[in-house]
Amino acid sequence: MKKKKSAPLSRRDFLIICSKALPFTGLLFFPFTANRLLFGQEIDEYDPTQHDYAMGIDIHKCIGCGRCADACKKENNVPKEPYYFRTWVERYIISTEGESYVDSPNGGIDGFPDLKGDIDILRTFFVPKLCNQCANPPCVQVCPVGATFASRDGVVLVDEKYCVGCRYCIQACPYGARFLHPVKKVADKCTFCYHRLVRGLLPACVEVCPTQARIFGEVGLRSSPLRRFLRFNDVVVLKPALNTKPKVYYAGADGEVR
Amino acid sequence: MNVLGIPKQILALAFIFTIIIAALVVARMLFIPPSFGRYGHYRADAVDEVIAQEINYAGYEACIECHDEIYEPKEKSHHKGVSCEVCHGPAAKHVQAPDEFVPGAPRKRGYCPLCHDYNPSRPTGFPQIITELHNPGKACMTCHDPHNPLLPHTPEECSACHREIANTKRVSHHASLACVRCHTVPDEHLVHPKFALAQAPVEREFCGECHAKDADTGRDVPRIDLDTHGERYLCWDCHYPHHPEAR
Repeated sequence: MKKKKSAPLSRRDFLIICSKALPFTGLLFFPFTANRLLFGQEIDEYDPTQHDYAMGIDIHKCIGCGRCADACKKENNVPKEPYYFRTWVERYIISTEGESYVDSPNGGIDGFPDLKGDIDILRTFFVPKLCNQCANPPCVQVCPVGATFASRDGVVLVDEKYCVGCRYCIQACPYGARFLHPVKKVADKCTFCYHRLVRGLLPACVEVCPTQARIFGEVGLRSSPLRRFLRFNDVVVLKPALNTKPKVYYAGADGEVR
Repeated sequence: MNVLGIPKQILALAFIFTIIIAALVVARMLFIPPSFGRYGHYRADAVDEVIAQEINYAGYEACIECHDEIYEPKEKSHHKGVSCEVCHGPAAKHVQAPDEFVPGAPRKRGYCPLCHDYNPSRPTGFPQIITELHNPGKACMTCHDPHNPLLPHTPEECSACHREIANTKRVSHHASLACVRCHTVPDEHLVHPKFALAQAPVEREFCGECHAKDADTGRDVPRIDLDTHGERYLCWDCHYPHHPEAR
């Protein structure tokens, strides 16, 4: 028998189709429950206006193992080569003649080669570097499209979809903390691991630092490890004369550290 | 035709302007994302996109939940500040699927020296070895348990830990003196260095035992008159004892 082309769906067929589709309606709500299912944590309650983050770095404690730079790359999927870093470790060598030498082979991830014998060392130390999350960020000022911005909790972020890759912010940053992501071709930088912060985790570099040379916390909370760090140490910020108001504080920083 | 007495040309112009403005408004609605400018000159949705990034490091608190039998002794050892994922690598996948993804552990000789190889830039007192000389070829784990890195035997030489000072002293005039000639070292210091500290001399007269005018020491030892030589200062204010030239 020839089938009618525009046969109306019978009530029975309609109900059968509906019952088959029922299990899939849950998918409609998946985007709303995804965070809870994937991470087991509620992040909807996070209120950015209630937070103000900063980082402290104790140079006396840094052993230059480069685990922070390594963990940062693994956490944030920054390619291992070419050599771009969201955070890296610099070795400062100050000679008795007063000259300072700075190097950072592969960000310190593979360790540091032996010192050249011809430098008469006065003092030498490691300095971890990262984006200073300026309260007055030059990179945000220069972005022509509004693709980089300070979020409401003071972390400077990059909008990957909106960035046109003009590199203006990269040359505006006085700390050399930005780079053009070799794969995505957009500006990239340290986000203080923002995706971890909103879930109550520490940034990856702070998590793995074996000597607690990196201290992270709220500026506004008296009980935070950061406030304790700021209370007990003489801290400096890098390039204060530029009025960028960095939120990365260095304890034990030599005058040569810039 | 003349509406409300407005000339035809003005009406035509107004019409053109209306079209241009409408086009601008439509273009703005099309090209500017709806969330742009909600909190500032940026796309508010970008924050959610940053947040959506996948987590790779679970954090040590996640590890404790199951592995407390390892955590408890580690928390009392010298490695108490070292998070599990420093050595074992990012383990967020392991938290989600413990059986499917098992984090590895570095068992070769090359990993521990990243922290413990001697490097003059490291802070004084941080335990360091010269990797080439320290039991070459052996994996670190044959002697040291990374979760409780006590030394397999008590070090006999101070230079095992105080390598930098030992290197300096070795080329100084004090090379032939043992460390304990000047420093009082409790036996406990060799096992728990932080709990029982070694003591250094505190008085001028101590250096005077060898360097005073009337001291009973060899003829080559430089002599000074303790009463007149820098009387207000302690000897080590000017002379670094491990490198005793005054400079």
